[in-house]
Amino acid sequence: MQGLIDWLSQPWPWYVSGFMIALLIPLLALYEGKPFGVSRNFRHICAAILPGKDAYLRYDWKQEGLWNLTILLGAVLGGWVASVYFNPHQVQLSAGATQLIAHWGIKTGNELSPAFLLETDFLFSIKGVLVLVLGGFLIGFGTRYANGCTSGHAIAGLSNFQLPSLVAVVGFFIGGLLGSWFVLPILFKF
Amino acid sequence: MWYKSSVFRWVYYLLVGVWFGIVMTKSEAVSWFRIQEMFHFQSFHMYGIIGTAVGFGALFTFLMKRFKAKDVFGNVVVPEQKVRHGRFNARYLIGGTLFGLGWALTGACPGPVFVLVGHGIWSMTIVIVSALIGTKVFARFHGQLVGG
Repeated sequence: MQGLIDWLSQPWPWYVSGFMIALLIPLLALYEGKPFGVSRNFRHICAAILPGKDAYLRYDWKQEGLWNLTILLGAVLGGWVASVYFNPHQVQLSAGATQLIAHWGIKTGNELSPAFLLETDFLFSIKGVLVLVLGGFLIGFGTRYANGCTSGHAIAGLSNFQLPSLVAVVGFFIGGLLGSWFVLPILFKF
Repeated sequence: MWYKSSVFRWVYYLLVGVWFGIVMTKSEAVSWFRIQEMFHFQSFHMYGIIGTAVGFGALFTFLMKRFKAKDVFGNVVVPEQKVRHGRFNARYLIGGTLFGLGWALTGACPGPVFVLVGHGIWSMTIVIVSALIGTKVFARFHGQLVGG
């Protein structure tokens, strides 16, 4: 057991991480034939709490999505377990990325997440609202528009050679490059 | 069979989620820094992860199809097909671009948003609420946006 915890507490090479993510596909398919896809949970939650009259949200969300929402609950728990017991704070960013992010005025150590995400000065600033509220809105609206996110399209969809998923992933990168090269540098100037 | 029971089923999905949370953390895919590094092509790390995941994912998917694998409940596994959208798959490109922008800003895709709440990054709940509003707005205009 201690050996397992020690192993889980070391940084993982990328090929270990990639393999562990891929395992989720057979873990879901071979138990109950389920697909891997996280963002459809946003639809399930909306259907559960505010369906209104929208046809898109009027379906049996318990039947369709309670299993997936259970995974989501587990993901929160897993995040907590990993952050408390498995020492995630040894991130070795490349020199290029460290320099870039320092240039934006953001401190990097070997922490996993930037400190500003918990600083009230940031959260109550215009850039904080743009990053979290606009960013969140785009995640919800965009993943539903594209009918999937990184898990459903980039991992499961590409693994099954789905052309729509490839198109979606091209979109992810167009949007991501715009955000990371143009929007964030402007925001962090203020 | 015990592994087909309702209780086991919920425990199973919960544990798959816990595993997902641990893997997202240890892969550092939850890191805002790693996402910026990826979009600036400053490290192979994230590309290696996604590449390996798709490689093994494709192998597993191929094997399940090739051998007509059955799940625990005896049904043949059918990997999900993504429905084409028009000639250019427009919804996937437009929606994907909008999501990509949100991914870069928050440094988190939908899974990691929830995993980060578990890390104590409580501001991610703001992202979740905003994403639900985005979902609601999409639902309102679903017919006009993608037809049907």
